[in-house]
Amino acid sequence: MDRASITHTLIVPSATRHLIKVRKFVVESARQAGVNETHIEALQLAVDEACANIIEHAYQGNSANKVNLTMTIEATRVIVRIRDHGRSFDRRAYQRPDVVELSRNRKSGGLGVDIIRRLMDHVEYFSEDGVNEITLIKLLRSDPSSSISSIE
Amino acid sequence: MSNFSVAFRDAGDVTVLAICGELDAHTAPELESAIKKCRDEGKAKLVVNGSDLEYISSAGLGVFMAFIEEIRALDGDIKICALKSKIFNVFDLLGFPLIYHIVETEEEAISLFKQGIKPI
Repeated sequence: MDRASITHTLIVPSATRHLIKVRKFVVESARQAGVNETHIEALQLAVDEACANIIEHAYQGNSANKVNLTMTIEATRVIVRIRDHGRSFDRRAYQRPDVVELSRNRKSGGLGVDIIRRLMDHVEYFSEDGVNEITLIKLLRSDPSSSISSIE
Repeated sequence: MSNFSVAFRDAGDVTVLAICGELDAHTAPELESAIKKCRDEGKAKLVVNGSDLEYISSAGLGVFMAFIEEIRALDGDIKICALKSKIFNVFDLLGFPLIYHIVETEEEAISLFKQGIKPI
């Protein structure tokens, strides 16, 4: 795939009704650049999960805030940076979820971060001076193992 | 306006929930309400037909996790059928087929109840 780097940006209010707009942004930007559909599906889901977590946890459902997205599509990878000004994510408290255990305990949440990690090739998170930023990187190789596939 | 809907249909003592559209953190409460409605009406043999489901995120998966124990305690189950492969892949990614019956057709899902095949 031969293409120059393209960057798209989107700012949405921190409410779940805007997630559909976020997904449309990811799909259309990636499709326009010729990214394959399998990678687009993975990016769409990972970005949705990251934004849903920001809305629910960082902003605690307060829709007066904003979520900032920057998506850069290069020849060999897609980089999505998502920024918020809410509560930061405590990585030390994170435990990989077990669907059997969550079902047994009638829990509905806790899968988003795991989905992001499974779908992306690289995930970075930082929090500084009241700004949180998660960076998702998807390599644009044709290897099917980098797509949405079964549990390892 | 929501981009998600649930339609109910009876098939003997089994209730089919035909779900359509995009199931995300915004629309998941609608599926939750639909399952609660069935539970409150004493309907615990549920088949979720996802043939018109175009998208699912963890919030949608979470609804199944939140209710499965309760529905099974009522001697019922939630069986899932007719998913597009891109949707099945999301269930599969997290290991849902290990504990939920996910089958290809609605008929197959209903027949699992008729044959008395117990949840996984």
